[in-house]
Amino acid sequence: MSAHPASATSVPAAPRAGIRLPGLGAGLGRGTVVLYLSVIVLLPLAALTSQAFEDGFSAFWTQVTSPQAVRSLELTVGASLIVVAINAVFGTIIAWLLVRDEFPGKAAVNAVIDLPFALPTIVASLILIELYGAHSPVGIDIALTRAAVVVALLFVTLPFVVRAVQPLLIEMDREMEEAAASLGASGLTIFRRIIFPNLLPGLAAGVALAFARALGEYGSVLLFAGGLPDTQVSSVFIRSQIESGNNVGAAAVSVVLLSAALVMLAAITLVQRWGSRHERSSGGGLTLMPMSGADITAEKDDDENR
Amino acid sequence: MRTASSARSRWSLRTLGLGYLALLLLAPLLLIFYRTFEHGLAPPLEAITSPDGLHALKLSLLMVAIAVPLNTIFGVGCALLLVRHKWKGNAVIDAIINLPFAISPVVIGLSLFLLYGTKGWLGPTLSEVGIEILFSVPGMVLASIFVSLPFVVRETVPILQEIGTEQEQAASTLGANAWQTFWRVTLPAIRWGVAYGVVLSTARVLGEFGAVSIVSGSRSGETETLPLFVQKQFDNFNFAGAYGASVLLALLALTTLLAMNVLKRKEDA
Amino acid sequence: MGNARKVTRLHGVTAALLAAALALAVLVAGCGGSSDSAGASGGGKLDVVGYSTPESVYQESLEPAFEKTAAGEGISFSNSFGASGDQSRAVVAGQPASVVHFSQAGDMERLVEEGELVSKSWEKQPYGGIATDSVVVLVVRKGNPKGVHSFDDLQTKDVGIVTPNPFSSGSARWNIMAVYGTAINEGKSPAQALEAVKTVLEKTVAQPGSGRDALAAFTQGEGDVLLSYENEAIKAEKEGEDVEYVVPSSTILIETPIAVTESAPEPAAEDFLNYLWSDAGQEIWAENGYRPVNPKLVDPKQFPTPKELFKISQFGGWGKVNDEFFDDETGSVAKIETELGVSTSG
Repeated sequence: MSAHPASATSVPAAPRAGIRLPGLGAGLGRGTVVLYLSVIVLLPLAALTSQAFEDGFSAFWTQVTSPQAVRSLELTVGASLIVVAINAVFGTIIAWLLVRDEFPGKAAVNAVIDLPFALPTIVASLILIELYGAHSPVGIDIALTRAAVVVALLFVTLPFVVRAVQPLLIEMDREMEEAAASLGASGLTIFRRIIFPNLLPGLAAGVALAFARALGEYGSVLLFAGGLPDTQVSSVFIRSQIESGNNVGAAAVSVVLLSAALVMLAAITLVQRWGSRHERSSGGGLTLMPMSGADITAEKDDDENR
Repeated sequence: MRTASSARSRWSLRTLGLGYLALLLLAPLLLIFYRTFEHGLAPPLEAITSPDGLHALKLSLLMVAIAVPLNTIFGVGCALLLVRHKWKGNAVIDAIINLPFAISPVVIGLSLFLLYGTKGWLGPTLSEVGIEILFSVPGMVLASIFVSLPFVVRETVPILQEIGTEQEQAASTLGANAWQTFWRVTLPAIRWGVAYGVVLSTARVLGEFGAVSIVSGSRSGETETLPLFVQKQFDNFNFAGAYGASVLLALLALTTLLAMNVLKRKEDA
Repeated sequence: MGNARKVTRLHGVTAALLAAALALAVLVAGCGGSSDSAGASGGGKLDVVGYSTPESVYQESLEPAFEKTAAGEGISFSNSFGASGDQSRAVVAGQPASVVHFSQAGDMERLVEEGELVSKSWEKQPYGGIATDSVVVLVVRKGNPKGVHSFDDLQTKDVGIVTPNPFSSGSARWNIMAVYGTAINEGKSPAQALEAVKTVLEKTVAQPGSGRDALAAFTQGEGDVLLSYENEAIKAEKEGEDVEYVVPSSTILIETPIAVTESAPEPAAEDFLNYLWSDAGQEIWAENGYRPVNPKLVDPKQFPTPKELFKISQFGGWGKVNDEFFDDETGSVAKIETELGVSTSG
């Protein structure tokens, strides 16, 4: 096929062709993507924000600062912070075990980590209430308490840190560790000085995503912790406002949660931008955004330098 | 590192990590299986095969059948767009695609409720032409699409980036048109990533609870998916029904995990 | 690279396909998912929307029994149950409904006033439009360890009370009026009676959204005494929960209203209501712990008549009572709840 004059001028010499559509095709594709995203995501969120401020800013503020709204936000944020701290520690330990340790059944454990992701949240609530509720076979009854909120959130956010840290552990270069060991450093020092800093980007991203997830969690908390004033997380509070017809109140608190989610996403993007200065892992797996906008718009210089 | 203390620390790590998993994940899961079949196979089976139970199962599967293919087509197309075409707006598109990861399902449900409700921007207009979104299947589909939006894109993008364009260029020079190149070169290269994304999306749609609960009104026999069915049974003291449906969903989840593992290995290969 | 035009077509085709698929999916789902309730010959679909507690009675007994009758042949049902106030608001917000059964008349009146969804003359139906009766009872732990026998005991004894939130639940409003009415009938002034309500609310440890939620919270260990419908107490005992109940000598008669909506498929909806009022229907209610409205069918052994039973009509009916006591902002109970820091919007 002879080169079409038009395309000859529009195709740059650099190797970036392939399924590439100059002009109209790409524009149409982009238009479709934007339309799809608008209809599915943006329009509903716009309607939400509009409703939140429908009666003006002072009405918004009144709703957000009502005693129950504040109580639920405090509980939600507090519980989420505790939960990500706990899962940061345990998640790292578990990731360590999966990468560096060998024990029977390891493959099964590795698979099961993702269970909280695959299991419907309402089922999580049910299984937790069975084991740790009024009819508990082991006599632990924490249903309808704040502890229940924490346990439910621990359950659903478990995979995030593990899956974020695992690839980094796999990729890590052992030489430095071995050098340090031969120089007499203890295991803990090696972890603190060498391993941990390398894990930090993954850990931070995992924590941020887990936090965002915990803030908005609904199904697993619903049955286990209930909707009593003391144990009502923000998502349950929003739900009760919807049922009571208080759409402005529901939308207002939703906007607060949404803003927190956006902040978390921005944080993750920044972390990944920072992390991408280092060697990128293959990024597969359930993880969080293996590649965020940072990489897509930054037009990987690596490719061009190869 | 083979000193005694490192063996000790190895064991304490194992106890901590595996113990945590056992308490948090394993024990509750095992208990549910036990409780469900405590009184035999009949009670949970009866509940699942009741008209409402079957309808709930069918409805959940319908959600998957509609939302996942749509998000797959969108996902692959969008990934191609993001990776192969530099555009200032790509970062924004990318950010929007990430949103469903971080937004509460209740907030998603509320947004749809406000948009398509009787006082919403689109609700009245659509009602006039006979399209009911809320308390009906279309609203549930929209919620399902929203929550499972990112997965195929997310899994396809890194692969597209990695494989680069050399093979596609080669195909072009050999005379293949864009469609042929896509089918014969690109798609096979990304297929495991796409498959993985499909499995993740399916799991997400099947398990969706909060958003669908709000937009559907949870009308049993009409707009009640399997997770909603679980809640309804539990509220009515029908524990056999709640556990039965939960076990079914748990089995689907475990199947998903299996598929995820198999596909992840193929993806990494 | 001479494929510009063909390649444009690729994306164009994909774009068109995607748009078409999306539109088609929504339409198909819309047509296939929603049922034809209007004008379906030889059958029909009834959307039952009710308050929280009678769900299992409808789903497991009443609807199957009705389907076996001549009038009920070919009829299918969809069910939605929840806190009475919330359900009422949902119907106004567009939730499909053919038959609505609430726990207090105010939730029915909302449908008349705010959406013209129910006829103004719903009270002219048989039995004044009331489907079943019940009474407010005190549910306690087995053995009644705290020795609670009346609403006065609630105020004097050291107990943690569970009652739903009056701003989402109809059940809760009955509970509060039971406390209020008992005080008035003892000769107290309205102000003193309100104080009694306040004392009870102060001792309330949990205010879940609906009557059913309150029962669930109580059986899971919250509080010492639950204020609830007699039928909920009976159900809890039947389910083998570790509870028993006391019918106070002074309590209020709970009358739960039912009606067909203006958009309901006829004659199916009317037939269903008539079935519920027939002897067969009322007996099903009785078997499940609800007091039949037909006085001939009330078994005094199962449903003892309290000595000082009173009705909401004593206080002017729900219209007046809702305005005076339960208005979100000006109601006297709303004021008490706000003082106690409880949400008055659900």
